[in-house]
Amino acid sequence: MATVVDAAPIAASATRTSSRPHPLRRLLRRPSAAIGLAVIVAFVTIAIFAPFLAPYDPIATNFGAVRKAPSAAHWFGTDEIGRDVLSRVIFGARASLEAGVLSVLISLAIGVPTGLFAGYAGGKVDMLISRVTDALLACPFLILAIALAAFLGPSLANAMIAIGISATPVFIRLTRGTTLAAKSEDYVLAARAIGNSPWRIAVRHVLPNIVPPLLVQATLAIAAAVIAEASLSFLGLGQQPPQPSWGSMLNTAKNYIDNAAWMAIWPGVSIFLLVLSFNLVGDGLRDALDPRHS
Amino acid sequence: MTAYLVRRVATILPTLLFASILIFGLQQLLPGDPAMVLAGEERDPNVIAHLRETLHLDKPFPVRYFYWLRGVLHGDLGESLRMQQPVRTLIAEKLPVTLELACIAIVIALVIGIPAGVVSAVRRGTAWDYGANVVALWGLSTPNFWLGIMLILLFSVTLGLLPASGYVSPFEDLRANLAAMIMPAFVLGNAIAAVLMRHTRSAMLQVLSSDYVRTARAKGVRERDVILKHALRNALIPIITLGALEFGTLLSGAVLTEQVFTIPGFGKLIVDAVFNRDYAVVQGVVLFTATAYILLNLVADILYAVANPRMRIT
Repeated sequence: MATVVDAAPIAASATRTSSRPHPLRRLLRRPSAAIGLAVIVAFVTIAIFAPFLAPYDPIATNFGAVRKAPSAAHWFGTDEIGRDVLSRVIFGARASLEAGVLSVLISLAIGVPTGLFAGYAGGKVDMLISRVTDALLACPFLILAIALAAFLGPSLANAMIAIGISATPVFIRLTRGTTLAAKSEDYVLAARAIGNSPWRIAVRHVLPNIVPPLLVQATLAIAAAVIAEASLSFLGLGQQPPQPSWGSMLNTAKNYIDNAAWMAIWPGVSIFLLVLSFNLVGDGLRDALDPRHS
Repeated sequence: MTAYLVRRVATILPTLLFASILIFGLQQLLPGDPAMVLAGEERDPNVIAHLRETLHLDKPFPVRYFYWLRGVLHGDLGESLRMQQPVRTLIAEKLPVTLELACIAIVIALVIGIPAGVVSAVRRGTAWDYGANVVALWGLSTPNFWLGIMLILLFSVTLGLLPASGYVSPFEDLRANLAAMIMPAFVLGNAIAAVLMRHTRSAMLQVLSSDYVRTARAKGVRERDVILKHALRNALIPIITLGALEFGTLLSGAVLTEQVFTIPGFGKLIVDAVFNRDYAVVQGVVLFTATAYILLNLVADILYAVANPRMRIT
């Protein structure tokens, strides 16, 4: 999670006007990124229409169908209290996507203004913010998220806050770095020369030019956040029972691995596919926005 | 070099200070009266009074932080309420288990990651390159706790070759120890192998296009020697230092891996502490981890500066 994308070439491409095709078109030209995007769209659709797609109520128990193997009635089998695994996987997509997207939005909401402020203000303010960022980065991402979730209390909302705060320093560092580079560009000097206020320059002129690297980082951060949410739920610190979450489903499944392996296979495959897709799109975006890869 | 060292050491002091403030500040997140929460469900009035006194809860935050920091600087990380033992003792007991797991995981990551990265760079654009990239993406996208469960299903439940869980000390039975550690270590090494593979590929591609490699080829040096003696040796410097930065991934991964395989290590200590609401242990473990991470980064930077003199002037 602490990996920060190489922003310089991506940011530089944003300031250039050229005859290169639109970034989205360049992204879709890469088969792996296009497949990744299609899988993400499929998961989002499944999450939105979960009540219509799920064959059963995801929390309804059926003690007459405990740990039943996959069949025509239950495509992915049933769990230890007879709940339909397919329905729980479908509803579990909601928790994962919600946690992935909202926690990254929290990171962006805190990290971008802070990084912009540090990079633009410079001096002691920058030094202070940078040291606090270094201190946060010193705590391994998941360990910090576990500690925060432990102190905040176990729930999906708190897990999202914990993941969001833990991922924030990466965005502060990225925004600060790109702001520092953009500060010495001609268009910023020109904006300053005609009397724009520092805050206006930062928001109206610098921010739009640092969006591309932030977009790449945010996409990769969603992948990390999906894994983090699953990890926290696996440990019992995320989504609370009986609500479905892929991580908590795996936590239960590990106790029945010797006689109900299907309980563990499908939630894991779902996490893998969603995370892989965000990684593919993130890598594709980085290449599409980097002029060196055109 | 001395000036670089002094400058570098000076930068970690404020980082350590801020990290300690943040970690101590976690206590502020507890809803309501911290003494009531810390005392657990029993809410024994004696325990509550003891906590108020030892944690100086009647004092303002900066004063409490000062007392806590003074204890930390004297090696006192607090006391576990549940286990009635100093946090320092608990960490010292559990750390060797996790260190053993981490060492085997690093060896696995190096054995997979570096050769895969070299082959991928040397055979750029071929099926080997695509294959290595697919393996790297697999490593980065697989949740390690799921991989652990799948390995248990295959090697323990289906094939009956390895134990599904538990830990045996290497001093008691080395064979049983390795049998118990190989699956969790592979799970942990898998993600790091992917990162190492990507770094190795990128470093090798850079080195392979440099003048001295071209010169070596022009002189007629065998391709195998060009790759292993000229290119890889130089590409390894940034890879090894970057490897040190994967320490965080290793510890985060250990938390989940130890949970899946029921290994009584450092990761399980923090998870158990979370569920026992043993907040002093949580704080102690996070502080220890952050300090170790900062010091490892320092060592990595120094090693890099020793290997690459240009770094010393930046």
